[in-house]
Amino acid sequence: MDNVESLLLQAREAVAAARDVAALDGVRVHYLGKKGELTGLLKQVGALSEELRRTRGQVINSAKAVLTEALDARRQQLEADALSVELRAGAIDVSLPGRGQASGGLHPVTLTLQRIEKIFGAAGFAVHEGPEIEDDFHNFTALNIPADHPARAMHDTFYLPDGRLLRTHTSPVQIRALVRQGAPIRLIAPGRVYRCDSDTTHTPMFHQVEGLVVDTDVSFANLKSLLADFVQRFFERAATVRFRPSYFPFTEPSAEVDVLSESGKWLEVLGCGMVHPQVLLNVGIDPEKYTGYAFGMGVERLAMLRYGIDDIRLLFENDLRFLRQFH
Amino acid sequence: MKISEHWLRELVSPPGDTAALLHQLTMQGLEVEGVESAGPALEHVVVGRVAAVAPHPNADRLRVCQVDVGGRTLQIVCGAANVRAGGVYPTALPGAKLPGGLVIRSATLRGTESAGMLCSTAELGLPGDQGPAGQQVGLLELDQALVAGTPLAVAMTFNDQILDLKITPNRADCFSVLGVARDLAATTGLAFADPEIKPVPPVDSQVVSVRIEDPDACPVFVVRTIQGVRADATSPVWLRERLRRSGIKSIQLIVDITNLVMLELGQPLHAYDLDRIDAGLVVRRARAREPLNLLTGADVLLDDAVLVIADRAGAVGIAGIMGGSSTAVSPSTTNVLLEAAFFSPAAIGGRARRLGLQTEAATRFERGVDPSGQQRALERATELILALAGGVPGVCQAVGPGVPPRGQVFLRRDRLARVLGNPVSDAVVESILRRLGMGVSVSANGWQVQPPAFRFDIAVEVDLIEEIARVYGYDRITPRPERQATELGKAVTTEADAAALRSGFVLRGYQEAITYSFVDREPDRLFAGGNEGVPLVNPLSTDLAVMRQSLWPGLVEALRHNLARQQRRVRLFEIGVRFRPAGTTAGEESVISGLATGAAVQEQWGERSRPVDFYDVKSDLEAILTSLGQPADINWSAADHPALHPGKSARLRYRDRDVGWLGTLHPSLAQRFGLEEAPVLFELTRSALAVQALPTYQGLSRFPTVRRDLAVLVARNTPVGHLVAAARESAGPALREVIVFDIFEGGHIDAAQKSVALGLILQETSRTLTDDDVEKIVSRVVERLGTEFDARLRV
Repeated sequence: MDNVESLLLQAREAVAAARDVAALDGVRVHYLGKKGELTGLLKQVGALSEELRRTRGQVINSAKAVLTEALDARRQQLEADALSVELRAGAIDVSLPGRGQASGGLHPVTLTLQRIEKIFGAAGFAVHEGPEIEDDFHNFTALNIPADHPARAMHDTFYLPDGRLLRTHTSPVQIRALVRQGAPIRLIAPGRVYRCDSDTTHTPMFHQVEGLVVDTDVSFANLKSLLADFVQRFFERAATVRFRPSYFPFTEPSAEVDVLSESGKWLEVLGCGMVHPQVLLNVGIDPEKYTGYAFGMGVERLAMLRYGIDDIRLLFENDLRFLRQFH
Repeated sequence: MKISEHWLRELVSPPGDTAALLHQLTMQGLEVEGVESAGPALEHVVVGRVAAVAPHPNADRLRVCQVDVGGRTLQIVCGAANVRAGGVYPTALPGAKLPGGLVIRSATLRGTESAGMLCSTAELGLPGDQGPAGQQVGLLELDQALVAGTPLAVAMTFNDQILDLKITPNRADCFSVLGVARDLAATTGLAFADPEIKPVPPVDSQVVSVRIEDPDACPVFVVRTIQGVRADATSPVWLRERLRRSGIKSIQLIVDITNLVMLELGQPLHAYDLDRIDAGLVVRRARAREPLNLLTGADVLLDDAVLVIADRAGAVGIAGIMGGSSTAVSPSTTNVLLEAAFFSPAAIGGRARRLGLQTEAATRFERGVDPSGQQRALERATELILALAGGVPGVCQAVGPGVPPRGQVFLRRDRLARVLGNPVSDAVVESILRRLGMGVSVSANGWQVQPPAFRFDIAVEVDLIEEIARVYGYDRITPRPERQATELGKAVTTEADAAALRSGFVLRGYQEAITYSFVDREPDRLFAGGNEGVPLVNPLSTDLAVMRQSLWPGLVEALRHNLARQQRRVRLFEIGVRFRPAGTTAGEESVISGLATGAAVQEQWGERSRPVDFYDVKSDLEAILTSLGQPADINWSAADHPALHPGKSARLRYRDRDVGWLGTLHPSLAQRFGLEEAPVLFELTRSALAVQALPTYQGLSRFPTVRRDLAVLVARNTPVGHLVAAARESAGPALREVIVFDIFEGGHIDAAQKSVALGLILQETSRTLTDDDVEKIVSRVVERLGTEFDARLRV
């Protein structure tokens, strides 16, 4: 008995000591091969009495089984170790930059427009577009700005030789939509607009988003609620907002919306008001049945406030070093 | 409009500091755009009275003055020409630091002690020309009434603030100190001190002949003579300061007084040199091409849209806009004719802008001045002229039919609540209307309102609703979220999604640009093959003069900007509108356009650097179009575009429509724009891209695919696209895909030929293809390529 146990102990030490598969095979042959030590012991069992033969045989066979299992386990481990060493030898430098095409980016004005569209889109505002070359009727007259109205001085307009003009705001899109679709309506009109003006805060082309809601019962209180919420969502902070009286020929009452900056200054971000009844009449909508509100915002201004850009002209230089900063 | 806080507070003074006043004005609709101090603090600068002036013993130009600075007399050497005994001047004492940085110390000037400095306006850092026009400005002459030794900043009330108000076009009534004060009083509920103006009785019976030919345009015209004035008298400091704080230049006494009255009451006045008027005044339309030399010296030619004031010889002024030079008052004028008129906004509006003469008077008349205020303004001006320039007043002559009262407006109670979305109590409504000077009579469902003469903006009901909201306070209107019927969004298959299009280009390494829609004429013409773009009548500059016919000129300009800033690899795209050429029915078309230059991929360790070429950009376009569900059968064919390399440009067509262009910039244009490498350009119309079709599912085959590769020799100029199309057609329905896996030219191949290697991927839906099937298909393809392109199989 003792010699089986001590032999097994000895064999397991040899298994543990084997440093590679070849050495392990040597151990296997030494103990379990045809001339192996355990095999030899089993051969000697034949000379014993039947009873002893059975018990001794069981002992030796179970020792063989234990050893075989240990050999298999050790082999698996040695193979895994060898694979691991081989794989590590083939390791790549994961800190190297990726190969192939790098990504570009969107213009900050587009990013801002997409943001505005997303916020209003969720509230059911459909995006409408319109022509950039407009006529006097849609840009001015229909919006309650007849020829010789002093408010025309607020719009430094570019004209074409045939008397048409580059739209000075996207409000004409409202007129076209109201004529085409009528009331009720809920839309925003993003797009390029043009005024002959150029300095650090003005470029001759910029972007506006106009909004319009006409329905049976919308009020100035609704407008205040919507735009105060918009400002919070656009700037992603609990911004203090004020509405102060202003003037637009196509809305009455009219307001400018200011937001209190983190440095305590009031910044103008939006113009708005209740659609003037004359504007509804101009497009054949009964102002007794419907009321409406409209608002407009300068996209560049919002982009500049959001990203801290201090010169509007940077937005149209298309300098890659500038453009790459936004995503 | 600039306004002095002190002046305003003389009429109405709400409690609180300047900041509180600014807030109140802004919140009542008179936005304060800016605020500046009326003058510098000027420590150690006081009022000095010159007691005696003596010549300097050692310098001809210098004088030695004894100056009373309050309780003591200083000796000050002065070089100004206008210093005189008895004069009162700003006096800088030793220790004073003047705004220009000069520090005053006691000093010896050419051997004479001098303990300070007498100052001019410039030395005090005061803006604006304070001397009479054309006169050399010397020391600032202060009022005799000032007490010597008073700090100058106190004497000049430099603690005043100048408020810059943005008066909106509807608020004609607020273009004066009186108007702002009146509105401030109405909104705050404070009492307001209407300036007391007493009629000045005539001393002589002098009248002039006045005739109005167009009483609609000029229903009120009031004139008065004042004879024997001293027009050369200097405007007193207080008058000059009021003008300066209102942003108006001091010109000369009589004109300064008319401007002051305009600032105070809102009524523009005009003063004529009575002796230069030829036989009275006529208010009439200008004759066609009637000439007039203006006060500014400019010559204008008028037409009958313009109202003029004329004498027998012709126009002497444009009514309500600007006077003429021939009858202007000058320092030598002794007899003055004052005019105060009401010109209707319809007769004035737009003219000033068209003539480029947006004067203070025009700004007020085109919005509407108080039609009841002419006489009052004239009396005020008379009073000031008599006090400051002397003279004998004539009769106040009022001509014209007058202006009827403004129409009454009815305000419905329920409409007010509906528009504002908040109820406002009857008592509040009535109080607001009355404070605004409106006549109010209450009826069952609202208020009958008589607006005052000066409120040109009150004509319909909503004008009153705005007034109620404004005075009640926008702040006090409670926001209420809108109740809205649920409406689902639309998801239209055929609408190309601009956001998806943009992100496609971004992922392919393009940076979005936004360039101006107007460009320089010449580059635009070059890119448009000589077609002229629609020009702007009034461009800002020549490089922003025509509406672009393509986005390429702007993008190339952006490319040049970046190349000049060491950016060697530039990939830009833009979505925008291009405009049809001049002379066509001008329309606009939304396009997506872009360019790529420099390395095909950014410099890196893993890819060999090579310049971007046609095929790189083509692959970008194909990938993006495919990802957007565009059909694969967009046709790319060689075609000539005037701006593109004739051998490296393709026209894209889908069915029978042109979709756009892709190509390398024409080398001569690249040279013209100073580009060493010609960029690859593309421009696709967005409407043509909106051809997205709804995909329909095709069953998947369970049977294996078979691949057969063919290498054929064809003439070098054979378009491979044609080979592929022919292969597709001849192979039949079992052909799944054709891969072009090699193109080879040169080597042992005939110079006129090229080798094209095609991989045909074959598969049947109902069975496994046999060798025999495959053989038949391949031989059909080989035969077709042979007959159509003279293609020979390479073995």
